[in-house]
Amino acid sequence: MNTLEIQRLNKSFGALNVSQDISFSVAHDECHALIGPNGAGKTTLIHQISGVLRADSGDILLDGKNITHASVSQRVQAGLGRTFQITSILPSFSVLENTAIAAQAKSGSSMRFWRDAALETDLNETAQATLERVGLADRADSLAADLSHGELRLLELAIALAAKPKFLLLDEPMAGLGRTESAALVTLLSNLRGSLPMLLVEHDMNAIFQLADKVSVLVDGAIVASGTPDEVRADPIARSAYLGQGAA
Amino acid sequence: MTDRSLILSGVLFALLLAAPVLLPLIGESYLLGLIIKAMLLAIAAISLDLLIGHGGMVSLGHAAFVGIGAYTAAIGLENGVENILVLLAMTLAMTGLVALVTGILALRTSGVYFLMITLAFGQMIYFTLTSLAAYGGDDGLTLWSLATLFGSDVVQSGSGLYFVVLGTLFVTWLGIYRISRSRFGRVLRAARDNPERAEVMGYPITRYRLIAYLIAAMIAGVSGLLLVQHAEFVSPALAAWQRSGDLIVVVVLGGLGTRNGAILGAFFIVIVEEVLGAIIHEWRLIYGPLLVLMVLFAKGGLSDLLDFKSSRGTAP
Ligand SMILES: Nc1ncnc2c1ncn2[C@@H]1O[C@H](COP(=O)(O)OP(=O)(O)OP(=O)(O)O)[C@@H](O)[C@H]1O
Ligand SMILES: [Mg+2]
Repeated sequence: MNTLEIQRLNKSFGALNVSQDISFSVAHDECHALIGPNGAGKTTLIHQISGVLRADSGDILLDGKNITHASVSQRVQAGLGRTFQITSILPSFSVLENTAIAAQAKSGSSMRFWRDAALETDLNETAQATLERVGLADRADSLAADLSHGELRLLELAIALAAKPKFLLLDEPMAGLGRTESAALVTLLSNLRGSLPMLLVEHDMNAIFQLADKVSVLVDGAIVASGTPDEVRADPIARSAYLGQGAA
Repeated sequence: MTDRSLILSGVLFALLLAAPVLLPLIGESYLLGLIIKAMLLAIAAISLDLLIGHGGMVSLGHAAFVGIGAYTAAIGLENGVENILVLLAMTLAMTGLVALVTGILALRTSGVYFLMITLAFGQMIYFTLTSLAAYGGDDGLTLWSLATLFGSDVVQSGSGLYFVVLGTLFVTWLGIYRISRSRFGRVLRAARDNPERAEVMGYPITRYRLIAYLIAAMIAGVSGLLLVQHAEFVSPALAAWQRSGDLIVVVVLGGLGTRNGAILGAFFIVIVEEVLGAIIHEWRLIYGPLLVLMVLFAKGGLSDLLDFKSSRGTAP
C-alpha cells in the first residue's frame, strides 16, 4: 500500500515549468530520496505536497485519500508533516513550547480560551519525548532564538515529529550541518526509517545511500531517473545529470 | 517575573477598589471621574493589546469600534431602549458584525498593509458617524436619559457606574490574560512569530486572527457603551484615527503583550495629560518629547520599568 502517491503533477511559474508531469509513489515502509541540482524544483514539489503552493494540475493522494485540494491544515490533520530547507521555527518560544504547539495541532481543538496551555501535561510530555528522540532534551527550556544552527535543524525535525505524522517530507535536513552533526542526524533518520515513510530531499550522497530505499532524480522539473540507489548510481542519465558532479 | 507582575495587578486593583472610599476622605472625589476615564481607556487598550501584543496585528482603526459601541448605545437610548443589558447585547452584536466584515477583508493583508486597511475602515466608520444627522452629525449628541439596570439607576453615575467600569476592566483584564496563555493565545503568538510555520503546523491562522479581531472589537465596543454612560455624550471624534493612535501609544508605552501594560499605559497617559494640562496650556509640546524619551529608554514599556529583572515580556 502506498502512503503517498503523486500523479502527473504540473506547476509553472510563468514560463518556468518547475514541475513537469511528476509521478511517483512512496510505500508505507519506504524512504524515497529526491535529488537534483539547485533550482531543479525539489522545494517547490515539497511545497505542493504540503499545500503551501497549489499544483496547476495532477493529484496528490495520502493513504489513498485525495488531498490535492485540501488546505495546509487539513493535510496536517490527514497526517502530513514537513521540515523546511531554511529553518523555520518560532523564535520567541522556548524549545519545548515550539514542540508542544506542534503536538497541540493534533490533540483536539485549539479553540480553547481559558486553560493555560503551558500546563497541559500531555502536550508537554509528547514534546519532551520528541525532544529526547532528536537529542534536544537538555535545551528544552532555552529560547529557540538562542539555539545553534545544528540545534535548530534538530528542532525543525522535532516540530515535524511532535505532530505524529503518517508521512514526513524532509527538505534538506542536513543543510549546513558539520560532518559529525550530519552523521548523528543520519542515524536518527535511519531509526525512523521503516516505521515512518519519508520523502527526503538531500544533496549529501552518503546520507542518501544510507537512508533511501528508492531515489528519483529531478532535473528542470522533470524526473529523469528513478530506482534503487545502486540502479540510479549506475544510470548514465542520472550520472550525467547530477551524480557526475559530486561523485568522486 | 510572573509573580512580581501579579503582585502589581493585585496592588492596582486594590487601589481601584479602595479609591471610591478613600478619595472622598481626602476631599478629592472629583478624581473618580478621571479614574473612570483611565479605566475606560485601559479596557479598550487591553483589547487592542490582544491584537498588537499577542497577535502582531497593528490596527490603526481600533477606536472605530469604541465609536460603534458608543453610537449603538446612544441610538438605542434615543429610541427608548433603556436596559443596559439589552444595550450591551446590541453593542456586542453590532461591533461583532462590523468586525466580521472588516476583519475578513483586512486579514487578507498583514504588516503595514493591515495598518492601512484598518485605518481606511476606521475612517469609513468615522465618516459614517458624522453623517448621522438625526444623531448630531459632526457635533455629536448629548444624551438626556441614560441606561438603567432593569429600571434602577445604579449604573448611571457615582460609585455604581464606577464599580461597573471597574468590574468590566477586571473581567477584560482577566479574560485577555487567560486567552493569551490558552491554546488559542499560543496559536495567535505563533502566527505573530512565524505565520508560515504556524500554518504548516496545522493552524489556519486567518481564522484565529479573525476571532481575536472579533473579541477585541467587541470589548472596545463595550468600553464605548460605558463611555456613553460616563460622558452622557457621544461624538464621531470617539472613532477618529487619532484616538486609534492614542490607543497604540497606550499599549506600546505600557508594554506590549504584558499582564498590566495596558492599564499602566492608560493611567500614565491620563495622569500626564491632566498634570501637564494643569501646568501649561501648550502641554502637548512637552507630551511629544516625553513619549519619545519613554519609548527610547523603556523599551519594554512601563510594566518593564516596574519589573526590575526582566528584559522583555512578550512571551509569557
Ligand atoms: N515563488 C516563485 N516564483 C517564481 N519562481 C520560483 C518561485 N519559487 C521558486 N522559483 C524558481 O523555481 C525553481 C525551482 O526552485 P526550487 O526552490 O524548487 O529548487 P530546489 O530544487 O529546491 O533548489 P535548491 O537545491 O537550491 O534548494 C528555481 O528556478 C526558482 O528560482
Ligand atoms: Mg530547495
